[in-house]
Amino acid sequence: MLVLEDGARLSHGADEFVFVELSEEMSLEGTVKVLALTDALRDRHLPGIVDICPAHVSYMLRFLPEELDVDELVATIREVHAASAGGGSPRIRGRLIEMPILYNDPWTRETLMRFRDRHHAPELDDLTYCARVNGFDDVQGFVDAHSSSPFIATFIGFMAGNAECYQLVPRERQLEAPKYLRPRTDTPERAIGHGGAFSTIYPVRGAGGFQLLGRCPAPVFDLEHRLVDFAGQIVLPHGGDIFKYRQIDMDEYEDIEREVAAGTYRYRIREVEFDLVEFSRDPDRYNHSLLEALADD
Amino acid sequence: MIDVSAPGLFTTVQDRGRPGFYAMGIAPSGALDLYSHEVANLLVGNDGGAATLEFTFVGPTLTFSEFTVIAVTGAVLDISLDGVRVPPWTCQVVRAGQTLTFGPMLAGARGYLAVRGGIDVPQVMESRSTYVLSGIGGLQGRALRAGDRLDTGQDVNPAANPRGGESVPAAFIPALHGDREIRVVGGLCDYRLTQASITELFSAPYEVTLEANRTGYRFAGPPLEFIARDAPFGAGSDPSNVVNLGYPVGSIQVPSGTELICLLRDAVTGGGYATVGTVISADLDAIAQMKAPDRAMFTQVSLQTALAERRVRRERLDRIAESMAH
Repeated sequence: MLVLEDGARLSHGADEFVFVELSEEMSLEGTVKVLALTDALRDRHLPGIVDICPAHVSYMLRFLPEELDVDELVATIREVHAASAGGGSPRIRGRLIEMPILYNDPWTRETLMRFRDRHHAPELDDLTYCARVNGFDDVQGFVDAHSSSPFIATFIGFMAGNAECYQLVPRERQLEAPKYLRPRTDTPERAIGHGGAFSTIYPVRGAGGFQLLGRCPAPVFDLEHRLVDFAGQIVLPHGGDIFKYRQIDMDEYEDIEREVAAGTYRYRIREVEFDLVEFSRDPDRYNHSLLEALADD
Repeated sequence: MIDVSAPGLFTTVQDRGRPGFYAMGIAPSGALDLYSHEVANLLVGNDGGAATLEFTFVGPTLTFSEFTVIAVTGAVLDISLDGVRVPPWTCQVVRAGQTLTFGPMLAGARGYLAVRGGIDVPQVMESRSTYVLSGIGGLQGRALRAGDRLDTGQDVNPAANPRGGESVPAAFIPALHGDREIRVVGGLCDYRLTQASITELFSAPYEVTLEANRTGYRFAGPPLEFIARDAPFGAGSDPSNVVNLGYPVGSIQVPSGTELICLLRDAVTGGGYATVGTVISADLDAIAQMKAPDRAMFTQVSLQTALAERRVRRERLDRIAESMAH
């Protein structure tokens, strides 16, 4: 492991990957720095670079050692870190998207009950556990906190359509939960999960380690482009998108499901630009004005 | 045309993979034992980009409607054409109407069938590889089913025109035995493990469990301990939790210290458990041929060794290609 001048740790994921960790803890300042560094590396147009993968406060490169000497790659990374000591632009372009969520739904409940032996608190369900470890008296208090302030996508990864999102609230109000002791081998598609300080909607059925909170009736991954919002793309979320989760009941869940099946469902989407400086000044006021964009119809 | 009368347990179309989409969360996929896949293509005179069939544990039953040449590599198993045994790692003439069947696997976990011209399915993001998790590529994004029909393509090497009987020198056929050494470059978040646990990881055997597939293999063995800490903000309170980060192909993570998960070519591209090292690319092929309860002895090697072994593997394939050209 190599420690760069700015404190970032660099190590080799064997012969094809380089992993750089800026910090062990999450911060939006860290995320904008990762974006600046990976943009700068992309601008170098190094031959042999296969992938540049930004995450919350770390990033990863995949390269072909036949085309790019690993020592040259490390030297370039050092240069880029030295040159961007000031951090990145505090602005992130994206879209504001409202996600309808049926919290405490029967499908994720059935799944999580099958994996109690992999959970920190097998005697509780995931929502009750999340409410308890975050100091709420009941599940509804946790759900209200989760759905009242928006989240920003700070890591696109895991699988296609998956976007790990960080809530736009001060650190003392962040919701945190551990990942399962061992990841489940099954998760319903469109389940919403929370792990660490991040929420995500699982795009397809599969393995997962986040606490399961509920389910979205509309897809975030659509290979067949059946919905208008998937025109020209197979995934809904992109890095920098901001998601507002809205509590819905089973009737509305089923209504939306029918619209999705008919191909007529539209997400409520607005173009926005997130400004970290403005947000940090007064998060609640900033969110209030951000969410006004969704109130105009 | 190839008719699938029995699909085998889990048979997918694979080529060298779909690199370049990791940042979108899309795994590279491709043949899990890429070495066996490459050799199968060489044996039938295919271009390196041709797709083969990868079958796990149980082979498919296939009937060929046209004259062609095929080769089967990878796992050790009986191969028959119309009930007559044919050799592995050898180019074999198939006449129109003949049926290919496989016996039980005697060693290894995955077989590869190359057909002259390659298996032709539509390319998705420049690859024919099947990525079942997201339903991308291959035949409708899924494993084969009984009743499927496969087309063959034009991915031939014009300089190679095998007539059947061409084979690979025995020295180039990997020995498949249950337990084996898997070489790892330490790093990533290995600073989270105690020194005693790093020593344990690289000295104790770890057994392949039943949760082992193209995404990753879970191994059981001695538990590992993390250095005590106050959880960094955003990671989650378990000592094995990290703020979610990218997972290299071949990386080994240790959820709650109780099992190892080594990600393979259908890797999830990131997650929230501490990773402690990465299997060198030259040894990923070997993991693809392991099955429960085979045991891995993980050994720590330098980046220089990983790069050197990568070259050795490449040179072996080049030498096979040269021997085919004569």
